[in-house]
Amino acid sequence: MASLDLRNVKKAYGATNVIHGIDLSIRHGEFIVFVGPSGCGKSTLLRMIAGLEVVSGGEIAIDGTAVNDVPAAERGLAMVFQSYALYPHMSVRQNLSFGLENLHMPKDEIARRVAEAARMLRIEPYLERRPGQLSGGQRQRVAIGRAVVREPRIFLFDEPLSNLDAKLRVQMRVEIGSLHQRLGNTMIYVTHDQVEAMTMADRIAVLRDGRLEQFGAPLDLYNRPASLFVAGFIGSPRMNFLEGTIEAVTPSAMTLRLKGGEAVTVSCAPASGAEAVGAAIKLGIRPEHVTLARSEAPDIRLAVTLTEQLGGDSYLHGTTPSGETFSVRLAGQTSVRRGDDIGLVLGTPTLRHVFNAATGVVYPPI
Amino acid sequence: MITGAEIGTFLSRRRGIGRLHWSDWLTYGYLLMGVLIVLLPILWMILSSLKSPAALVENDPRALPYEQITIPAADGKSHTVFLWTRSDGVAVDVALVGVRGLNARVFEPGRPDTVFEVPRASLQRKETVAPRWDNYTEPTIGSTQSRTFNFLRYFWNSSFVTVVATLLTLIVNAMAGFALSKYRFAGRDAMALVIIATLLVPPTVILVPLFITVSKLGLLNSLWGVIIPAVATPTGVFLLRQYMLTIPDELLEAARMDAASEWKIFWRIILPLSLPALSVLAILSVMWRWNDFMWPLIVLTQSEVFTLQLGLSTFKGELNDNMHHLLAMTVLTLLPVTLVFVVLQKHITTGIANTGLK
Repeated sequence: MASLDLRNVKKAYGATNVIHGIDLSIRHGEFIVFVGPSGCGKSTLLRMIAGLEVVSGGEIAIDGTAVNDVPAAERGLAMVFQSYALYPHMSVRQNLSFGLENLHMPKDEIARRVAEAARMLRIEPYLERRPGQLSGGQRQRVAIGRAVVREPRIFLFDEPLSNLDAKLRVQMRVEIGSLHQRLGNTMIYVTHDQVEAMTMADRIAVLRDGRLEQFGAPLDLYNRPASLFVAGFIGSPRMNFLEGTIEAVTPSAMTLRLKGGEAVTVSCAPASGAEAVGAAIKLGIRPEHVTLARSEAPDIRLAVTLTEQLGGDSYLHGTTPSGETFSVRLAGQTSVRRGDDIGLVLGTPTLRHVFNAATGVVYPPI
Repeated sequence: MITGAEIGTFLSRRRGIGRLHWSDWLTYGYLLMGVLIVLLPILWMILSSLKSPAALVENDPRALPYEQITIPAADGKSHTVFLWTRSDGVAVDVALVGVRGLNARVFEPGRPDTVFEVPRASLQRKETVAPRWDNYTEPTIGSTQSRTFNFLRYFWNSSFVTVVATLLTLIVNAMAGFALSKYRFAGRDAMALVIIATLLVPPTVILVPLFITVSKLGLLNSLWGVIIPAVATPTGVFLLRQYMLTIPDELLEAARMDAASEWKIFWRIILPLSLPALSVLAILSVMWRWNDFMWPLIVLTQSEVFTLQLGLSTFKGELNDNMHHLLAMTVLTLLPVTLVFVVLQKHITTGIANTGLK
């Protein structure tokens, strides 16, 4: 177990900056997920923590000790690679014991650890096989086993599930989660899949273009996204965004005028208060927070272009009168059909998020 | 494992279904021609190596080693046996005593006292197939006094040069390939290019400077003088580098996370995974070193350090041609390379396919 601190960590390849100064503090035993779109620098950041990439600026500290100049081998970390990176010419047993042999561990201790990891990950029947003779899920377990036997201070996972099919991915997600509970180690997990991030993480770090957008518990990110990007990235289906302007700011609420002319009240406001009237904003509302208008007056109308009936849920996709696309998620089954024009209520004011259209920053709740 | 049935399927593969398409004829004819062109000289050499010196001098065109039958004579010599076609058309065996003009003095076997004369034209050699194994045994395990060709010494020298040079070649070139493919440093690609560019320099150009270098190092008449200069080969570096580029970097990174030293990564990860390419280079190196003639000829002047190829050249003297020994020893010289190829050929095909080298 170990804590990890990143202080203004930067990475540049020549003149190209890919990580622009990240500060992050990870406590003992936390399961942290780095999430972001491709090219956001999440894998680079992980590799810098692992010691596989040189740190261009700032400091990485494990248990309070700076490790910038400590080689990967001596940081006491273990990594599971996206491609598993199992040694193809070694048996599973040799794959597991290779790292321990390099540490000059006694033979019986190696055997004990390999046996324990194999039992825990249910790869005992395959110990004498080569990686090439294993299925994707088995290889994944061996790769995790190779990390487990090392008893590392921190586990690093680099998109470990992206090569598995959907069913196996869900299964392995659960297994990694339970592994974390059993071992209690600090784990850092990189993924581009926000579902993985939401289901596994104690805290999520959302990265974008080499910058940390937001760092917090999954539900904090869901309930209070700090920016337009986080709001759009976390949650599936994606949050709806409607363009508009600030019409009035009062101490208890703010009124927006949407592009289609509708007035919407929200319970958040810019810090500058009334000065911000007229500023361009984006109103964000999650599809699951939108309801069909029945007795009450609708906030907005929607021309339905597609309905998806999943049995338990129904999705409605359509366009608003102002031409913006909009999705609604309804519990249960619906009688709404393609071509219908329906009235929607945009949740309660507290479920509405407002972002500055220019900077993407959220307006804090009042 | 490849079964006999699979080989049969492979060999009888064709385009026509049920019967042979005309392109099958063309293909098989073309391939057969190639096989014959490659195989015939070797076959001729092997067959000739079992013939007697006399048959070789006569350029006997028959494939099998024929030798005339002889019967022992009273004085310890032997008489050659001929088939004599009598005027009535019946052929009988006769032993030759001597020649007088157009006639030959012969007797019938079993009756050496009744010598008679027959026309030489009516005689035909009576021959039998008799391989001359002496061709092989005389220069190798025959008595040492009677020969200048010390096969076992040459064989040892050649083997030593081939084995040591091949091992060194593999290690040195693999290290260079590893560095040039898996480490990032300034001038890496330029260095690789320069190494490959040396392929364009003809060996004859560097012969003299190389000789001077080797001579100054005191390696003349030493097997090390043959081994060391050609250990680093651009072909080997290129071949291994290209192959190692295909080994994923993540494997090396995983090994680094596994606390393996760079040296250990080289030995435990890179080398085992480069086995196909290493086999190709091993075969090439064995063939180069075993068959090398020019460089050993320059470096080695004393017969104790001769390699087999140099030894073979001593058969071809100014006055005498020991063709029968030369052929027999050439066959022996071919054997090790052939065996190496047979053992490693599985790797050479996959290796060549993977390196894209032809």
